[in-house]
Amino acid sequence: MSVELAAQAAYVVAALLFILALAGLSHHETARAGNSFGIAGMVVALAATIALAVHDHISGAGLALLIGATAVGAAIGLYRARVVEMTGMPELIALLHSFVGLAAVLVGWNGFLRVEDTPGGAAARALAATATLGIHHAEVVIGVFIGAVTFTGSIVAFLKLSARIRSSPLMLPGKNLLNLGALAAFAVLAIWFTAAPQPWLLAAVTVIALLLGWHLVASIGGGDMPVVVSMLNSYSGWAAAASGFLLENDLLIITGALVGSSGAYLSYIMCKAMNRSFLSVIAGGFGNEAGPATGTDYGEHREVTPDGVAELLAAADSVIITPGYGMAVSQAQYGVAELTRKLREHGVTVRFGIHPVAGRLPGHMNVLLAEAKVPYDIVLEMDEINDDFDDTAVVLVIGANDTVNPAALQDPGSPIAGMPVLKVWEADDIIVFKRSMASGYAGVQNPLFFRENTAMLFGDAKDRVEDILRAL
Amino acid sequence: MIIGVIRESQPGETRVSATPSTAAQLIKLGYEMVVEPGAGAGSKFADQAYVAAGAIIGDALKADVVLGVNAPSTEQLDAMRDGATLVSILSPDLHPGLAGDLSRRRLTALAMDAVPRISRAQSLDVLSSMANIAGYRAVVEAAHAFGRFFTGQVTAAGKVPPATVLVAGAGVAGLAAIGAAGSLGAVVRATDPRPEVADQVRSLGGEYLPVEAADVEVSATGYAKEMSGEYTARAASLYAGQCPDVDIIITTALIPGRPAPRLITAEMVASMKPGSVIVDMAAANGGNVEGTVPGEAIVTANQVIIIGYTDLAGRLPAQASQLYGTNLVNLMKLLTPGKDGQLVLDFDDVVQRSMTVVRDGELTWPPPPVQVSAAPSVPAAAAAAPAASPVKKPATPARRYTVAGAIAALFFVLAALSPSALQPHLTVFALAIVIGYYVIGHVHHALHTPLMSVTNAISGIIVVGALLEIGQGNAWVTALSAAAILLASINIFGGFAVTRRMLSMFSRS
Repeated sequence: MSVELAAQAAYVVAALLFILALAGLSHHETARAGNSFGIAGMVVALAATIALAVHDHISGAGLALLIGATAVGAAIGLYRARVVEMTGMPELIALLHSFVGLAAVLVGWNGFLRVEDTPGGAAARALAATATLGIHHAEVVIGVFIGAVTFTGSIVAFLKLSARIRSSPLMLPGKNLLNLGALAAFAVLAIWFTAAPQPWLLAAVTVIALLLGWHLVASIGGGDMPVVVSMLNSYSGWAAAASGFLLENDLLIITGALVGSSGAYLSYIMCKAMNRSFLSVIAGGFGNEAGPATGTDYGEHREVTPDGVAELLAAADSVIITPGYGMAVSQAQYGVAELTRKLREHGVTVRFGIHPVAGRLPGHMNVLLAEAKVPYDIVLEMDEINDDFDDTAVVLVIGANDTVNPAALQDPGSPIAGMPVLKVWEADDIIVFKRSMASGYAGVQNPLFFRENTAMLFGDAKDRVEDILRAL
Repeated sequence: MIIGVIRESQPGETRVSATPSTAAQLIKLGYEMVVEPGAGAGSKFADQAYVAAGAIIGDALKADVVLGVNAPSTEQLDAMRDGATLVSILSPDLHPGLAGDLSRRRLTALAMDAVPRISRAQSLDVLSSMANIAGYRAVVEAAHAFGRFFTGQVTAAGKVPPATVLVAGAGVAGLAAIGAAGSLGAVVRATDPRPEVADQVRSLGGEYLPVEAADVEVSATGYAKEMSGEYTARAASLYAGQCPDVDIIITTALIPGRPAPRLITAEMVASMKPGSVIVDMAAANGGNVEGTVPGEAIVTANQVIIIGYTDLAGRLPAQASQLYGTNLVNLMKLLTPGKDGQLVLDFDDVVQRSMTVVRDGELTWPPPPVQVSAAPSVPAAAAAAPAASPVKKPATPARRYTVAGAIAALFFVLAALSPSALQPHLTVFALAIVIGYYVIGHVHHALHTPLMSVTNAISGIIVVGALLEIGQGNAWVTALSAAAILLASINIFGGFAVTRRMLSMFSRS
């Protein structure tokens, strides 16, 4: 048994462990085991690879560099993972995506330097012998392209999510043409590079891809972030798969394809939850074409005090809480969890209704509520809870807007018409926690606020929840 | 105004129209309470208890509002003053003379048993509250007369089969009986002409026996009505089949304003096992069972006991008084909108109109019929159907096949044109995509974020590419590889660690 064969066998084992990891993540009961499978797979893969590298006569300095880089990376990664706030989860994930993208770019350039830039080298001769030198050129350029798009796209998503830049969509004139032009330029340069690999061609592709990734995500607004993040997740997978082709490494191909298709599927779920096509999300935000609905007189909204809400809650037998991004922004999840605990002690049935695109990351609300120790079996998905609102006494809408907008179902002219929403208005009383009467991300006025059974509670969600807790 | 609570004149009546606690509630509505001496004796409420609740012991018949359980006697009516209001169970349809008598006296009379069956009026529906008690008591009476266990047991002294109970009519009383008999351990069956009660029967642990007939229906008042000849014949054959089989029969069939339907004939009674018990809860209205004697328990020639007590609710007097008293409090709340002790009768309110038999000496009976929402003939208010919104059309099969075919063709071309060295990789790639799709397809929505962070960590596997190239000669390659290793390591370690941290937070209640 040679080292190469052993490494190949280890890769197969690692690939299977990764599949088990993803399968385990499907259910709460098996999720932790899934994570452990993932770690095990990674350990197996890395051990095999390092053995292979040592077998290939890695230089002493190289080995030291390898260990040093891994140690530094591990330290940074573990530190970030320990200190990150759960509200900051979307930023962290976006940032991690960018690392995969950048690593893919670096691997691509490495491939170029090793093969294309040293035509007489051993690697180049081996490839030429199997007539796959041309394929290698193509793999390099494709890998670099996907990696670079992922890199800058993730960086922009990170900056937007951490509010370092404005999250409103960047509206360059002819933005769709810019995107298509970049793709066309990439196609031309890729073919040229495959025919005659030149360093400047690869550099040009890298620059174009970096700009394309930047522009792509910059022109998508904050509310579409769940789609963007899962899309970038998918891209990072494809980037890894492209590197796998480049290195003729099946483990990378399998892993990349797994991640790529899972991210794509998640994006699909998110798009379905907004009743929009993937392309329309990529092409830009809501309301740009339709414009906010204007001129309609919705009537007067009604305000309520925290004491009034406390009274209402004390008398209710069932309560549903529908959180949105506003809860994450004001860090209100601990107060909400405390409120939930108190109400449950008084025998009130409390449940949570989570819209698939609530928050800035798929599953964002679930993580926040779990952090605050809300039991996960009372946190329900939109489809599970949507028929229960008419039996519910009080609904608390905390920092959600478009996901509870009745116009989506009742007003065919609305820009969000057809988007599935939580039917909170069927409950007896609705309390909307909101900072002001401004419209939501989609720029659409929400008739919910003006319904007779709706009362507005203005102010920071966290402070208001604490006021209610005191009044209870 | 003053509310008077009279002592019941009817012999054997144990109930009283107000308990000390409901008296206190009436005082809160702004009334003064006068209780006749000994009014609560039958329900074990002493006069002092009423005094402690804030009432006065005195002549209740002189009050502005007189509360009773049953219709007062003629002497009591004579003692009431002009313009007073009488509230009690009057059964104006069964006692037509009473309404006429009342209308000659310048009184206002409200019949507690004439509350329409609408949701809003449930809190004053005395028929329901009394039927609930009576249904329970009927089972207790049956168990008392029945010489066996209700529940099945296996003991050292032998096996005891459970008693089988048939409840005819699954109204409030019937359902209460089903629940009580079931909780004693009996096997319970129930019949009812209204098929929609089947679920209610099952919810209490009973088995619903349907009568196979075409014309089952509900009257607009929410009560069962008299059935057609064909239905009656089929029901009779059902009962005839059940009688030899069951140990206990409890009949609850009543039709408002009509004599009770005859369900069990003398032949059916004769077919029952000796020692069986029948409780005829409709005895006061003529009985569902042939041979019932109202107010008495008799034993037939074949040793079947037929109980025809008409005071089943009154046999739990304290409970019955409390529930009846609460019904009255709820009525007085409705009649006292200002909570100021002033009774206001509003004829625009369908509940108050339906209950009023006589207003100021003017006969107002029978009231106009009330359409009850329980009737299936009323269609549920159709929710405003959302107008055809631009929901995406589901892909047609033809389109789906076209897309699938195009993708297959694309893959074919791609694979066919690629050199043989690449083909195994393409195979692996395609299969991994499919596996990824199916593995992720069932992810719980709450785990989307942990899933993303774990896939993120896994995609750090790209480090493999860098590991294999570092330190293999070229300084540039080594430098780039070191950078890639650093980045990918952040991903791997950070991704797994943060996933672990998140998963540890998810907890079940």
